[in-house]
Amino acid sequence: MKRPALLCALVLALPAPAWAQTPRLHVDYSAFTLPNGLRVILHEDHSVPVVTVNIWYHVGSANERPKRTGFAHLFEHLMFMGSGHVKPGEFDTWLEGAGGQNNGSTSNDRTNYWITVPSNALDLALFLESDRMGYLLDTMTPATVDAQRDVVKNERRQSVENRPYGIAEVVLEEMLYPEGHPYRWPVIGYMEDLTAASYEDVVEFFKRFYAPSNASLVVAGDIDPAAARAKVERWFSDIKPGAEPEAITIPGVALTSVHRKTITDRVQLPRLYLAWLTPRLYAPGDAALDVVSSVLAGGKNSRLHKRLVYDMQVAQDVSAFQVSRALSSYFLIEATPRPGHTVEEIQKVIDEEITTLQRVGPTAHEVQRALNQTESSFFNRLERVGGYSGKAEQLNSYYTTTGNPDWFNADLARYRAVSPSDVRAAAERFLPGNRRVELTVVPAK
Amino acid sequence: MNARRVIVALLIATTTLGAQAPDRREPPGLGPAPGLKLPAIQKRQLSNGLPVWIVELHEVPVAQVNLVVLSGAGDDPPGTYGIASMTAAMLTEGAGSRSSLEIADGIDFLGADLSASSGTDSSGVRLHVPTSRLADALPIMADVALRPAFPKEELERIRQQRLVGLLQARDDPQTIASMAFSRAIFGPAHRYGTATTGTSDTVKAFTRDDLRSFYAAAFRPDNAALLVVGDVVPGQVLPLLESHFGAWKAAPGAGLARVAPPAPSAPARREVYLVDKPDAPQSQIRIGGVGVARSTPDFFPLQVMNTILGGAFSSRLNLNLREEHGYTYGAGSSFDMRKFPGPFSAGAGVQTDKTSESLREFFNELNGILKPVPAEELARAKNYVALRFPATFETSGDITARLETVFVYQLPDDYFQTYVEAIQAVTAADVQRVAQKYIQPDRFAVIVVGDRKTIEPGIRTLNLGPIKEMGLDEVFASAR
Repeated sequence: MKRPALLCALVLALPAPAWAQTPRLHVDYSAFTLPNGLRVILHEDHSVPVVTVNIWYHVGSANERPKRTGFAHLFEHLMFMGSGHVKPGEFDTWLEGAGGQNNGSTSNDRTNYWITVPSNALDLALFLESDRMGYLLDTMTPATVDAQRDVVKNERRQSVENRPYGIAEVVLEEMLYPEGHPYRWPVIGYMEDLTAASYEDVVEFFKRFYAPSNASLVVAGDIDPAAARAKVERWFSDIKPGAEPEAITIPGVALTSVHRKTITDRVQLPRLYLAWLTPRLYAPGDAALDVVSSVLAGGKNSRLHKRLVYDMQVAQDVSAFQVSRALSSYFLIEATPRPGHTVEEIQKVIDEEITTLQRVGPTAHEVQRALNQTESSFFNRLERVGGYSGKAEQLNSYYTTTGNPDWFNADLARYRAVSPSDVRAAAERFLPGNRRVELTVVPAK
Repeated sequence: MNARRVIVALLIATTTLGAQAPDRREPPGLGPAPGLKLPAIQKRQLSNGLPVWIVELHEVPVAQVNLVVLSGAGDDPPGTYGIASMTAAMLTEGAGSRSSLEIADGIDFLGADLSASSGTDSSGVRLHVPTSRLADALPIMADVALRPAFPKEELERIRQQRLVGLLQARDDPQTIASMAFSRAIFGPAHRYGTATTGTSDTVKAFTRDDLRSFYAAAFRPDNAALLVVGDVVPGQVLPLLESHFGAWKAAPGAGLARVAPPAPSAPARREVYLVDKPDAPQSQIRIGGVGVARSTPDFFPLQVMNTILGGAFSSRLNLNLREEHGYTYGAGSSFDMRKFPGPFSAGAGVQTDKTSESLREFFNELNGILKPVPAEELARAKNYVALRFPATFETSGDITARLETVFVYQLPDDYFQTYVEAIQAVTAADVQRVAQKYIQPDRFAVIVVGDRKTIEPGIRTLNLGPIKEMGLDEVFASAR
């Protein structure tokens, strides 16, 4: 992320329970492709006089070379440092002077950038976005790379080394993925690789991954689609096409035994992490595992929360997630024992509950409750156009993964199709007790 | 140039590119900024006098309903810091005939979200729900807000939860820095010197009766309002609200009388507080002092001044400490304006071996803002604050939060309409005046949470002022 997220608490809540005969979810859009290969998606929403320019480059940390981990994210930082017709510093001062906000983020699979401005500044936003796509290297220097290298190292210190339990996620992925798998290393990268990243790497990476044909652009909000299309055509018409990057090919991965490890951190209480490799984003089983996470740890009545936190009161917290990604996902359960209680005590209860879910399955009420919450979350995500989670981002995400920007209803349909027996089967198939990662963080003495 | 060639060139451009090649020599002009189309606030009241403010927003079929009371942690009586926060947390733990688990299941099954919490100046019960389930969720919300039971076993559970939370707060350098800063500038006796949730001593001591009496004094219709934003129309939602909240009466006894806290004594000189975090790779820095109340007449100049100093990405602190020096992932500053003067603080997490260099740059900027601000920088800051104002009215949550501010701080009816104008009216002289009045680098407290053995020698060479070590027990201790 380019800058610290100061406030981004998205409240998940809402929408329409299934029995309410929810209308089909649908977000209007139009799309076209420029001669240079840039895919463009337009969406009109006049609720506030604001427009968002959201661009995805189809490159993430999974595309990095060995010894250059963290490079996709370091590169993201460089995208804000000026370009052929924008001096260093002007990107932000011009946008902020127009009342705009902007940011970007990098994941394993993609890099995104968004600019939100009052609708009179759409040309400015498109000018800046197109200039860095076409002319980034014109102003790039080794000194610029050095400056953002220091910033990124501090981002890593703040979010990993100096954050309680921050190192656990890094270790967890090293335990889940074998040597050579692109999800083995952290998106933020290793310090020594950040040190090694060079100006030459920047040039090569830009030419390889930042072509218009490797990107998709969404312009959404207070626009007239015809006028917005003309603006996009004008600002991006001089960007030269580039070569297609090679698709990543990785062998399938599987755990064949239990991988155990204990690490220390500067914390008061130990914490347990259990993780399994699971089906990738949108693959069969992905939605059912989301429901599994809800049944196990979504809310006060979920099975693990109710037993560990509410009834027995041996844990301070417990959570479960299906972390869905393009090449491989993992399912994670985290729990923190209260003082006087142990990780072993908690793990025993978690295993009992998983076993019960595998044998008996969830109740219809539990599955319906999860579905109702999921449906609500779809509505909630339609309230905002811009930022990291608004409609522009979702249109780009759906387009990138499925080819259809308006995949909202199809996505929701995945959840509507999940039955209690699907949930039981997913828990049985994907959460085996003898093929997983067991990581424990203990307080440093 | 030959006129014919120009025409030919244009034709080719249109037919082959489909668009005119852009002129990148200058950034494109902006044209007039769009006007702010403020949604109408429809002010009504229920038969018991409870005010209801409604804003219609029909884009998405959801609604936000907040019951806000004008009492919060700032009203915690001395010795019971944390009572407002604990009271709010207990509202969803049993109410009417519903148990804690029944409340949670009922809300989750509706796909709704219901929370209860306290801030410094207010408390609230907040519901977000699909419009189609609003009628099913309101009875649960009304039980939670009007008929809390404060069950004994739930109180003990929440108490333990909070005590462990206070223990875990000692892990996080950012939390420690914020707490140490509040403690340093307000002291243990002032409410603002202790966390909203209180201390382990106070949390251990609360009884059900304490919670009941705080609730009775704070949660009353003459001290509250219902704020409703979303896919609703007054003709339909008002009867629903009337049936659930219209019979609500204040409990016998007086409401809370808000007493102004004694003003913290202004420090005569700058002091440095070091909190040791052995081997930490970064130092968390906070610098500042007592700022202003939300009612300050300097509100608009302060928005602009702080934007220039540390309130935007292109602010001086961030450009200096992050972009120029690379000491941090981000530096900034803010005024936390409350009913009574709250803190002003500047801060960052900086790499350990650049701690003293970072402190020097902080003070360069804190001193620099006392000098006249260039016109171009002033215009940019004003535009940043004024022109993005419309974007802050996008969602039901955004608008409800803005209404809460107006209600809690009793802002004038035309506050939103005049906001942009008031920002644009700020002059360079205003900015300098408020900077000189409220930014006092020679009297600020400096908090550094980091690896003391590594950073203390460098900090000493800066001669900022006396250096005191603050232990974690002192940071989190109760008033004695």
